[in-house]
Amino acid sequence: MDEKNLNLTLKIWRQAGPTSVGSFQDFKVSVSEDSSILEMIDDLNNELEGDGKEPVTFESDCREGICGTCGLVINGQPHGPIPKIATCQLHMRNFKNGDTIWIEPFRAKAFPIIKDLMVDRSGFDRIMESGGYVSVNTGGVPDANEIPISKDVAAEAFDAAACIGCGACVAACKNASAMLFVSAKVSQFSLLPQGQPERYDRVQKMVMKMDEMGFGSCTNTYACEAECPKGISIKNIARMNRDYIKARATSENLEV
Amino acid sequence: MGWLGRTINSSIGKKFIMAFTGISLILFLLFHLAGNLTLYAGKDAFNAYVATLDTVKPIVRIVEVGLALVFLFHIFNGIKLWIENKKARPVNYAVNGSSKNSTFYSRTMIHSGSIILIFLILHLTTFWATFNFTGHPVDGSHEYFDIIIYFFQKWWYALIYFIAMILLGFHLNHGFQSAFQTFGWNHNKYFPMIQKIGSIYAIVVAVGFGSLPVYFYLSSVLGGN
Ligand code: HEM
Ligand code: SF4
Ligand code: FES
Repeated sequence: MDEKNLNLTLKIWRQAGPTSVGSFQDFKVSVSEDSSILEMIDDLNNELEGDGKEPVTFESDCREGICGTCGLVINGQPHGPIPKIATCQLHMRNFKNGDTIWIEPFRAKAFPIIKDLMVDRSGFDRIMESGGYVSVNTGGVPDANEIPISKDVAAEAFDAAACIGCGACVAACKNASAMLFVSAKVSQFSLLPQGQPERYDRVQKMVMKMDEMGFGSCTNTYACEAECPKGISIKNIARMNRDYIKARATSENLEV
Repeated sequence: MGWLGRTINSSIGKKFIMAFTGISLILFLLFHLAGNLTLYAGKDAFNAYVATLDTVKPIVRIVEVGLALVFLFHIFNGIKLWIENKKARPVNYAVNGSSKNSTFYSRTMIHSGSIILIFLILHLTTFWATFNFTGHPVDGSHEYFDIIIYFFQKWWYALIYFIAMILLGFHLNHGFQSAFQTFGWNHNKYFPMIQKIGSIYAIVVAVGFGSLPVYFYLSSVLGGN
């Protein structure tokens, strides 16, 4: 087997707990080009555990770019330097022998660090609970195409629904704004007939919760779109702005 | 807080104020630039233009009050947003990757804005105050063209003016299209066009205003007027 190994220096953020002071720890590793970055940290952790040392805490689940659990900031970019992939899909062949790689957790007030590279993203869950659903009791299975939806609209809604809730948009934004995530979750419903009854209530509640959770506001740098593993478009943010202002101006609900 | 207060204080509400006031200022700058360019047509043309404005002074005063409010809202909200956004990201990354995912102009709105603010204060205490009240700093006359020459002959004044106008161009290069995005006017067909128009507008404003101090300073140094 002709396997090329890379010798790398890793600078990994270590922090014992939410309130501890963290710092970067250096590691020298030799890793196969075919390894993913998470597999590299797995190997490192095996070694650390073998030596009786504390392994590096990070999150992952599916390891195929669909669950949104993994999220590391690699050399200053969430999910690393390659566009439209998640951290788990980043392979070491994208680095060069001798490289130094900085691995940091997402940094945002709304995403407090739990340990090392693991952050608490439950702020996203609170936003979803505030309105990211359609309140229809499930009944019998509806007939296919009972509600006609044009292909273009269905595709746009699907593109918005492709958001995996990873939080890279927040991590990339200099303001730690969650606008791309929230706008994707608003748009996936507001584009479709099923989302219409709650359209204007939903956007107000979700934006209010987003502000409450301590995310920053959008300054249209579009860093989120550039770093999003699913290529969610900033057009969703424009749509949410439109819906929000319309809702604020016209909705009868004085509570939100 | 009532619904209106909550709207204005929401993240999107504050952005709307930025965009609305920003677009108002963009429109104002067009008129201001058109007037200033009469400076190139010489002393009589410029003085005649200012004299024409004088004949509609009450309207000018009303516009000035509106403009002052627009500026105050824009500046107050801009600084407030900047502080809030800093707090949302209390710890920075060790490696700053922002150049790989966003433009320089978009990341420096507060810096370009702050320089414009300093310029604005200087601008009001010199040109605006002398034109409207105190007259020519030397003899108190209201020879508007001569007042312009007086200030632009000072190298430091011309330099600050010039730098501020370049930064205004930076501010507008991002701000123009950003305001459309904030309003929700992002459409596949039109948005690329809006981005181009914004860049052209930014260049026109920066070159239009910025060339004046250069021209008048150089012509004073080289001896001609
Ligand atoms: C004639 C002068 C000015 C014009 C034409 C102008 C125009 C604009 C425009 C169009 C925007 C974009 C709004 C949006 O993103 O929706 C903007 C944003 C901004 N402006 Fe100005 N501006 C001017 C002066 C200033 C000054 C004096 C400051 C002082 C602090 C300032 C600070 C800001 C900031 C911080 C932003 C970004 C706000 C955000 O995106 O959240 N601007 N400006
Ligand atoms: S919008 Fe993109 S970056 Fe943000 S949470 Fe969804 S998938 Fe992740
Ligand atoms: S582990 Fe599921 S997206 Fe990376």
